[in-house]
Amino acid sequence: MQRFILGKKNQIVLVSAILIVIGFVSALAFKNELVANWAFGIASVIGAAPIAIQAFQALKVKVISIDLLVTIAVIGAFLIKNLEESAIVTFLFLFGAYLEQRTLNKTRSAIKELTEMAPESALKQMENGEFVEVEVDDVDVGDILLVKTGARVPVDGTVLVGEGFINEASITGESVPVSKEVDSGVYAGTILDNGTLQIVANRVGEDTTFGKIIELVEEAQDSKSEAERFIDRFAKYYTPAVLVMAFIVWLFSRDVELAITILVLGCPGALVIGVPVSNVAGIGNGARHGVLLKGSEIINDFSKVDAIIFDKTGTLTIGNPQVAENVYYTDGDDETLSYLASVENESDHPLANAIVEYIGTAKMYPVENTEVIKGGGIVAQVDGHKVAVGNIALMEKENIPLNDQAMADIERMEQNGNSLVLTAVDGELKTLMGIRDQIRPGVKEDLQRLKKLGVKNLVVLSGDNQGTVDLVARELGLTEAHGHMLPEDKASYIKKLQDEGQIVAFVGDGVNDSPSLALAQIGIAMGGGTDVAIETSDVVLMNSDFSRLPHALGLCKATARNMHQNIVIAVGVVLALLSFVFFTDWMNMSIGMLVHEGSILVVILNGMRLLRYRLKY
Amino acid sequence: MQKATIQTEPLTCPSCVQKIENATKSLDGVDKESVKVLFNSSKVKFDFDPAKVSLEDVVKAITALGYEVVKSQAKD
Repeated sequence: MQRFILGKKNQIVLVSAILIVIGFVSALAFKNELVANWAFGIASVIGAAPIAIQAFQALKVKVISIDLLVTIAVIGAFLIKNLEESAIVTFLFLFGAYLEQRTLNKTRSAIKELTEMAPESALKQMENGEFVEVEVDDVDVGDILLVKTGARVPVDGTVLVGEGFINEASITGESVPVSKEVDSGVYAGTILDNGTLQIVANRVGEDTTFGKIIELVEEAQDSKSEAERFIDRFAKYYTPAVLVMAFIVWLFSRDVELAITILVLGCPGALVIGVPVSNVAGIGNGARHGVLLKGSEIINDFSKVDAIIFDKTGTLTIGNPQVAENVYYTDGDDETLSYLASVENESDHPLANAIVEYIGTAKMYPVENTEVIKGGGIVAQVDGHKVAVGNIALMEKENIPLNDQAMADIERMEQNGNSLVLTAVDGELKTLMGIRDQIRPGVKEDLQRLKKLGVKNLVVLSGDNQGTVDLVARELGLTEAHGHMLPEDKASYIKKLQDEGQIVAFVGDGVNDSPSLALAQIGIAMGGGTDVAIETSDVVLMNSDFSRLPHALGLCKATARNMHQNIVIAVGVVLALLSFVFFTDWMNMSIGMLVHEGSILVVILNGMRLLRYRLKY
Repeated sequence: MQKATIQTEPLTCPSCVQKIENATKSLDGVDKESVKVLFNSSKVKFDFDPAKVSLEDVVKAITALGYEVVKSQAKD
């Protein structure tokens, strides 16, 4: 019975509205009090029914809800024969709830779009070799699945048979299709543009990258900042307090009308909905633009950021360094390049890769006794010779003499912003290479936008030499630049700024800079949709697109502003209503309820504005 | 201990979260600390001891409050 009534709320609103109109028309046009009273009376009863049921159910679980306050108010109105008021109040309350539902759904739509992209079914291979359609929840790790052209990949997996092109936009934001063949990895939620693939499932359901992104967004929507947790606690005690206050007012004034009006006006509806609405809209906007904000606390912190610290290689630069210059110090250059190539071939360092690429085909020698010196380079035995490859610090450590010519070259190349790699064989300096890593296109403009948004400090920290770092800082207009930094040094630097009271954001590589990412209040990993970036970042830039950073910052500031606006509206309206009811005559329940519901809608609509936020260039 | 996720019809009223939270926590066998009601995605997440309470029991409690349950699942 209860379920039935609750299910018919929309119809009740409609019938109630009609009855109220009949009531007014009767009373005002036909002066027929009897019909009017019956109309209002019936409207009140059918309107109050669902509200009373909700109030009762809340009481059963020990919650004093707004429904209870409204129910008591309506009963009070009935008792003092104010049927018109009780009808209007119940109507407004139900209608308001209906409007709230519609607008809230719209606000949540951005995120709904994301979850709707999740695949529901998959073609699984059975024992007899045939592919049968099953629900995606029934796929286990190790199952073999068939993906046809145009279909969504159902799970994270590896290609066993076939090839094709996949649109990975839902994970990386890149709309250029990626080619896949045997042994390629594929992600759940991506679309197979053309081709046919048989894949083996590696991760299913919530463990897929897509599943993790959805979970991340859902948790972010409801993550509460300090302010929100406070509001929640406040609302829990405030609602019963209104009940008590109304009761006390009734005791002292015996004015039932006044007391029940207070009951209606005191409801904190707008306050409780106001902040979460801004949160959802902000996060929804972010998700649509390739930025995942991991929650309300992050949004608030980032909006107040004082300093943004960037890692250089791979963040500000493309991360694909190339040898720009090569100087020889001995004649007849013999096997040096081959030894160098052999040693650098063993390393994954970007500088090593650049050198190997530059040298091209060379005779490879076996490398023995390799010693990696942190912050310096590599020392190894090649073909019976002692080869040292690294920076100036390494040369000094190995006691390799650097003549005037060499020192001049070093200074010149550093000034030009090169990373230097010196190679010495058997204690003699053989070559000096200058390696340059190009700055990502568009970074300069993006940094300018960040400055315009009010970030005071833009700092670059790098393991590279000071000359390179200074050049980058000059070119990009950064406030500070520090080179020769090991990962621990970067973390210490961040701590120093934080001790000064600054809010710090760190943008870097998800893998090497984990201590810094964890320490900074806002960690931003440029790993795109990879697991590491998702796990460690507070703000995830979906396809490592640096240009999303200004939008992310602008969005956070706009969202924080929006939340404040909503809080002000909510509190302001309640205070205004309460003062009106005490100090004026014309404030009654109906008007009070109208304004109350109105304020809730205003707050939701204000939140919805955020969905359309765009950074103005 | 199993992990459960219950999807309800879209939640819109401010007190919904409190009601569902209290109702879920009041069932013996549900780990009170783990109960999370996600207002915006309309989901209820919690851990429970299948020996003391079943997923159905929780679904019934939430439905009794007046909220339709769209989907429910539990896993170890």
